[in-house]
Amino acid sequence: MSRLDSGTWFLVAGVAKVLFVFTVIMVAVAYMTLAERRVSAFIQDRLGPNRVGRFGWLQPIADGVKNILKEETMPGTASRFYFLLGPALAITPALATFAVIPFAAPLPTPVGAVDMIVADVPVGVLYVLALSSLAVYGVVLAGWASNNKYAFLGGLRASAQMISYEVALGLSLIAVLLLAGNVTLTEVVHQQQQMGLWFFLPLSLAFVFFVVSAFAETNRLPFDMPEAESELVTGYHTEYSAMKFSMFFIAEYAHVLTASALMATLFFGGWDVPLWKGDDMFWHDGAWIRGFDAAGAPIAAEPSVWITLATLASFAAKTAFFVLLFIWVRWTLPRFRYDQVMHLGWKVMLPAALGYVVLTAGTMLVLAQLEVPFGLRYGLVLTGVSGVATLAFLFFVDRDRIIAGAHAKRRPARRRLAPAADAADWRP
Amino acid sequence: MAISVKVMRRPEPGRTSYMRATLKGMSLTLRHLVNPQKVTLEYPEEQPSLHPRWRGTHRMEVHADGRPKCVACGLCPTVCPANCIRLVGGEDDQGNRYPLVYEIDEFRCIFCGMCQEVCPVEAIHVGRHFENAEYERDRFVYDLDRLMDQDHATTLLWDPSDPRSE
Repeated sequence: MSRLDSGTWFLVAGVAKVLFVFTVIMVAVAYMTLAERRVSAFIQDRLGPNRVGRFGWLQPIADGVKNILKEETMPGTASRFYFLLGPALAITPALATFAVIPFAAPLPTPVGAVDMIVADVPVGVLYVLALSSLAVYGVVLAGWASNNKYAFLGGLRASAQMISYEVALGLSLIAVLLLAGNVTLTEVVHQQQQMGLWFFLPLSLAFVFFVVSAFAETNRLPFDMPEAESELVTGYHTEYSAMKFSMFFIAEYAHVLTASALMATLFFGGWDVPLWKGDDMFWHDGAWIRGFDAAGAPIAAEPSVWITLATLASFAAKTAFFVLLFIWVRWTLPRFRYDQVMHLGWKVMLPAALGYVVLTAGTMLVLAQLEVPFGLRYGLVLTGVSGVATLAFLFFVDRDRIIAGAHAKRRPARRRLAPAADAADWRP
Repeated sequence: MAISVKVMRRPEPGRTSYMRATLKGMSLTLRHLVNPQKVTLEYPEEQPSLHPRWRGTHRMEVHADGRPKCVACGLCPTVCPANCIRLVGGEDDQGNRYPLVYEIDEFRCIFCGMCQEVCPVEAIHVGRHFENAEYERDRFVYDLDRLMDQDHATTLLWDPSDPRSE
């Protein structure tokens, strides 16, 4: 194969993968809106949309048509350019983040195996962090350009919240990157296959922090301060109508999808099919291999369409589970107060995540000193340490400290009003 | 206190657990998610069961030969508190009174059912019926032919000896 050929092939494969991923994301987002409405309905003993098509499966299409045909409103006092830029800036990073997530085992083609990831960039996780931070610009800009005090408050809250939880998110990822030894997500998946344990066990506390931060990053309940219907109308997208409003929704669901895919990739083995070694394959020295034999020589992997499909199904199932978790949590938990959000982010999650990074690094150092090879035993030791840390965190920190009521602080020790004369009668 | 008031005891500081409360809530919603209670009536396919004394739109009873039972006595427009019945009576060769015009404005009607109670010949009835949608306002003034064409169930009158319709 000539150099030009490989370049052309890369382009063709790249465009095909982009189209595939983009289509899948857009369809998934459309059906996530349906899933959200149906699941919320079932949770509340309702039925949800079930009129358009069987089980309401055409509802997203009806919604799309409605949103396109609706009137576009433009507030007279809004800053026109930035008002239009807001939705575009919100939706782009949400869709682009997915590019570095590997979604299946390599697909064999006549010109060699193609890795199932849009862009296997060497900076991997850092790209995810960068783009997820960019997403806040769309929200802030929308809030500010609307020239509406509620929208502005929503945008302001979004920026404060995202910056706060970005820190905890990054710190929880450090533990993962320490264990994987690399920042590319393909390598994270590969290391989980090598260990034989998905990282949510050896890094359980990091998983807890990541989930909580991801909820905050996606502006989903219980962290939907930027929207906060009961306080801010609908926050930053108050002034938006029709398709521009819809774009914020697509962005939110795309964020949820990406966050779910990241949870699956970082902590649940990505496209790894559980308890099956046949799908283990990684890029080593210019060839796809499945591991090394006793002598240290690489064993060539045999990518097949079936393995690709099985791993794709595995990845989709894991992602769908986390999407369902997002929906489930949203319709269970009430919204935090704003000070509680900040308190949880800065005073609980940040120090705890920092401490956990030290704990993980220390454990890994001890394991390295004891010359324990990277594998199941290594993972089980970390699982034990992390499990103790998680239980301790939940037991000691979760005593009125994770979410403190307004009364809990600054309260003098048992100062009571003088008892009334008929106090005995009065008390129930 | 005049009425019983439930005083919520606040938990002592340091004794509340957010995680426990969260898990409790999540299990509750999960139970409803996998086993939702059926409370929704899927209306066009399923019809609600109307109470026997439900008072809906009117119908006029007819004789076997197709004449309305109404004798144009004028009691119903007199008793009607909403003044929604317009009746113009006529008389045939044998001296039988019958309605020349009998119109009910269903928009004005408050569905008290007094027209049915007062009718001496059990001609006008309120019905167990509620699907009245129309495309034009004029269509809500039911004339005699329309009232005679209605075929829905009629409302049961209140029986003082059986006040709860048991």
